[in-house]
Amino acid sequence: MAIDDRSPAILVRELRKTYAVPEREPGLRAALGSLVRRRTRQVEAVAGISFHVSPGEIVGFLGPNGAGKTTTLKVLSGLLHPTAGEVRSLGHVPWQRDPAFLRRMTLIMGQRNQLAWDIPVIDSFELNRAIFGVPRDEYRQRLTELTDLLELGELMRKPVRNLSLGERMKCEFAGSLLHRPEVLFLDEPTIGLDVTMQRRIRAFIAEYNSRTGATTLLTSHYMADVEALCRRVVVIHHGTLLYDGDLTGLVARFSPHKSITIDLEDGGEGLGERIPALVGPPEWIVSHAEGRLTLRVPRSETARLTTRLLANLPVRDVIVDEPPIDEIIDLVFAGRAGPAEVPPA
Amino acid sequence: MSGRAPGSLMEIYRSKFRSEIAVQFAYRGALAIWLLGLLLEPVIYLVVWTTVAASQGGAVGGFTAGEFAAYFAILMVVNQLTFTWHFHEMEWRIRQGFFSPLLLRPVHPVHNDIAENLTFKLLTFTAVVPAAIVLLVAFRASLQPSLVDVLAFIPALALAMVLRFLVEWTLALAAFWLTKVSAINQAYYVLMLFLSGQVAPLALLPPIVQTLASLLPFRWMVAFPVETLQGRLSPSEILTGIGAQIVWIMLAWGLLQVGWRAGVKRYSAVGA
Repeated sequence: MAIDDRSPAILVRELRKTYAVPEREPGLRAALGSLVRRRTRQVEAVAGISFHVSPGEIVGFLGPNGAGKTTTLKVLSGLLHPTAGEVRSLGHVPWQRDPAFLRRMTLIMGQRNQLAWDIPVIDSFELNRAIFGVPRDEYRQRLTELTDLLELGELMRKPVRNLSLGERMKCEFAGSLLHRPEVLFLDEPTIGLDVTMQRRIRAFIAEYNSRTGATTLLTSHYMADVEALCRRVVVIHHGTLLYDGDLTGLVARFSPHKSITIDLEDGGEGLGERIPALVGPPEWIVSHAEGRLTLRVPRSETARLTTRLLANLPVRDVIVDEPPIDEIIDLVFAGRAGPAEVPPA
Repeated sequence: MSGRAPGSLMEIYRSKFRSEIAVQFAYRGALAIWLLGLLLEPVIYLVVWTTVAASQGGAVGGFTAGEFAAYFAILMVVNQLTFTWHFHEMEWRIRQGFFSPLLLRPVHPVHNDIAENLTFKLLTFTAVVPAAIVLLVAFRASLQPSLVDVLAFIPALALAMVLRFLVEWTLALAAFWLTKVSAINQAYYVLMLFLSGQVAPLALLPPIVQTLASLLPFRWMVAFPVETLQGRLSPSEILTGIGAQIVWIMLAWGLLQVGWRAGVKRYSAVGA
């Protein structure tokens, strides 16, 4: 892994987090029994992961439910004490929750509301301004900027409880960024939003990053978020690190295949026997029907085979493609899937 | 960026005041009902005790009907200014995960609660004082405090507010360890009812209960300012009382610090 000469914005070394989860059998007897003796089981949510993030980077933090993503983000933002390991966010030990650190970062959780429920959004913003000690002129300037970028306009005068989920999320973003944090931890920031709103939030995150150079660590189940925003991804599963590198590398590593789709002239009539011979290994053929031939071919063979087919078949159209990233991620997790042990949310 | 400019804590309070007032006005209906309840409680005790006094030839344990009226009218004001709701609030926050946003702010969450508390008190105070005056008149209260009593009442009341807030906030921290602090809340509430002089003036209770009330913080949280304004205490008793308040405040403050640190440590160990 390339070492950045600047000191990393986020540093995680051998991070471990173990939860003690109370455990008991179902039923009344077990319930009474647990009054006397509580049994707990140790669940390792994060089992020794290491990575670092350079200033200004946007990194996608991927893994299935229960992989330890949220736990890691909570450790990094100071909400959780780790069981072991070394962590620095902006040079601070996060769980000491030094106000100087808290004023420089933010954690936005797609499923948690941080704005006051009953008062107009703008009043919550004003409160955040005071809490984070933002000077008034800077506040006004940032507010204008965020209002424009997120098109908040009318929303600001409404109480939060009267906003739709998407509107609320936009306001959460604005409220969490008024103090211009240098590090953003985003936990599923687009969850539950419609496609248009997802795209808006995504564009906003990219814009914020390019304007302020804020370091961003983002988890999402929507691969579109990750593809649009993150050149680098960190993949964890069962609390261990599976992959750390750029997104294209992930594809190359976990999907050594490409797909080739060929449409044949005249529905490919009379070519039935020639095709298997041209292609070679029969397992490369995924399907062949109604003039369309679909192949799944090792990366290294793709160019050679495509050339051969183009030269020998009446080809009308050809598409050479990476399998969809969702599929790859599925593949990655399926390959290592075991009984999922989910820490308390 | 780092290092908070002096006076900015004041700014947080000012902002919080404004937003809290907005919240309270959003729920004016609930506020009105709450005020009605607040008024009803002392009226019930008042009716009971004035009836008892009348049936016993005008006085019980040195309290005439008029003195009962004064006691419960002042008690209502003191109770309104000192009560807190942090048992419920803390439990709800921790169970629902609303505690995390507070932890991510660069200010101690206690400031949030102090500001909420003061705003609510300020708002309801304007309704409670007229209500108390109505009670004083309607039940023909007898109240002739000396100037010293009135002057002593002010710090006694202020310290009672601080003390009760600190004690109840600290006890509410139990929510970090127990998923249900309601049980503690219930036990505390019953003790409070008797030992802080809310059901009856402490002077009417058995000596052992009176001693207990004075040794524990309860008397100093509610009954003491009421007794002061009623002119039932000698100057030396007033000074002793204020001393007891200060000692308890320091103790509670220390406990709050310790409890807070341990609580947050636990919260962040088991998962937020």
